[in-house]
Amino acid sequence: MRSDVTEFELVAPTSLDAVLNTLANEAGRHVLIAGGTELMVALGVGRLASKSLLSINHLPELRFISVEENAIVIGSGTTFTDIRHDRTIAEELPLMTQSASWTGSVANQNRGTLGGNICNASPAADTPPVLLSYGATVTLISAGGQRTLPYSDFHLGYKKTALKSDELLHSIRVPRTFSGYRQYIRKVGTRNAQAISKVAIAALAKLDGDTIRDLRIGAASLAEMPVRCKATEAALIGKSITGDTLEALVRTARAAIAKEARPIDDIRSTAKYRAAVAANLVEEFLRSLVG
Amino acid sequence: MSVKVQLTINGEPKSVDVPPMKRLLDVLREDLHLTGTKEGCGEGECGACAVLMNGELVNSCLVPALQANGARLCTIEGVSTEGRLHPIQQCFLERGGAQCGICTPGMILATHHLLDKYPNPTMEQIQEGLAGNLCRCTGYMRIFESVQEAAKIQEAKGQAA
Repeated sequence: MRSDVTEFELVAPTSLDAVLNTLANEAGRHVLIAGGTELMVALGVGRLASKSLLSINHLPELRFISVEENAIVIGSGTTFTDIRHDRTIAEELPLMTQSASWTGSVANQNRGTLGGNICNASPAADTPPVLLSYGATVTLISAGGQRTLPYSDFHLGYKKTALKSDELLHSIRVPRTFSGYRQYIRKVGTRNAQAISKVAIAALAKLDGDTIRDLRIGAASLAEMPVRCKATEAALIGKSITGDTLEALVRTARAAIAKEARPIDDIRSTAKYRAAVAANLVEEFLRSLVG
Repeated sequence: MSVKVQLTINGEPKSVDVPPMKRLLDVLREDLHLTGTKEGCGEGECGACAVLMNGELVNSCLVPALQANGARLCTIEGVSTEGRLHPIQQCFLERGGAQCGICTPGMILATHHLLDKYPNPTMEQIQEGLAGNLCRCTGYMRIFESVQEAAKIQEAKGQAA
């Protein structure tokens, strides 16, 4: 049933500092709302738990793409449309551009933010596998200061994150070290346009001749949170990949991802299907590396 | 809880006192009586409630009223000028791009947004630009043809001007 909107409070503090002070003084009382593409859906069906919201989507301090010498830093309030239009991201982090382009429709991309996609912490979200494979770090801020941690340490469980009640995700930093990498991404959903993933894989590989020097796989909907597939990566790094070794390597990779994946049955798919598709995607990625 | 929200709708300044989390869709329909904007799914999937907010296409069912404060909005009521249909509307009418009409206001505004960005859109750009707008009548082909025709007319007008 739809919520009674008169029961909800929403304020838009005039600055980031004001937001942080409110979070510090009334810890745990408020939920942050940016583009509203998740929370307004929850409101519509009567599942928005918090009655008090702080609007942050008007804050310019959180909406930026900054190209530094060694990293591209994306403010948490940056929209998917902003990301799609950024040329440096398109050139150096094509998986970021691709995942932004299939996160919802144009109307949702105009409102939805990278920070919202991460903090909503859905295991099926589109950008987390990409950020995991790129080895991103996240900066969390509060009235008391800031801390930076690897994005791989941000998700703690189903819809659970490392954010404390007085903290806000400020920005996401992606290192600019992937120019020599082969990059792969594929999302499998019910249809191409704005579907929620049944499974998605983002993968990067650096080859040195025929040898896999580095390999990174980020996955959506293979566990209760977005994950790096470390065991599968370890099974492949250092191996030689040629026409002769490919079939054996594919078998190794399929076995490793089948063992590592912890998918579930839900309304969108079954665990069995998800595991099978994940193995197919990893296989497709490996085959793309040869020739 | 109620707050004052100021909007410029279809060029006219308006002010409403509404709960801050009230959906922009409901503000338009209930407080401003602009019922051209439709509700379909109410969860951002169907695009029936799409409007332009500061020139950007948004689903008004997902915008809390307070976040629209100070915004410039264009709804389907603002697309025609001086009682004359906009070329996009005329093309939807002539090419059979509208049947039951529920998706049409959102389709027209999504097309408006699309043609602002890509005056000569490819079929792929049209399909992507309208992917967030669901239609259960037409099968989409006539809608795509309407958009292509509108692009041609706008281009001809641009060259004439």
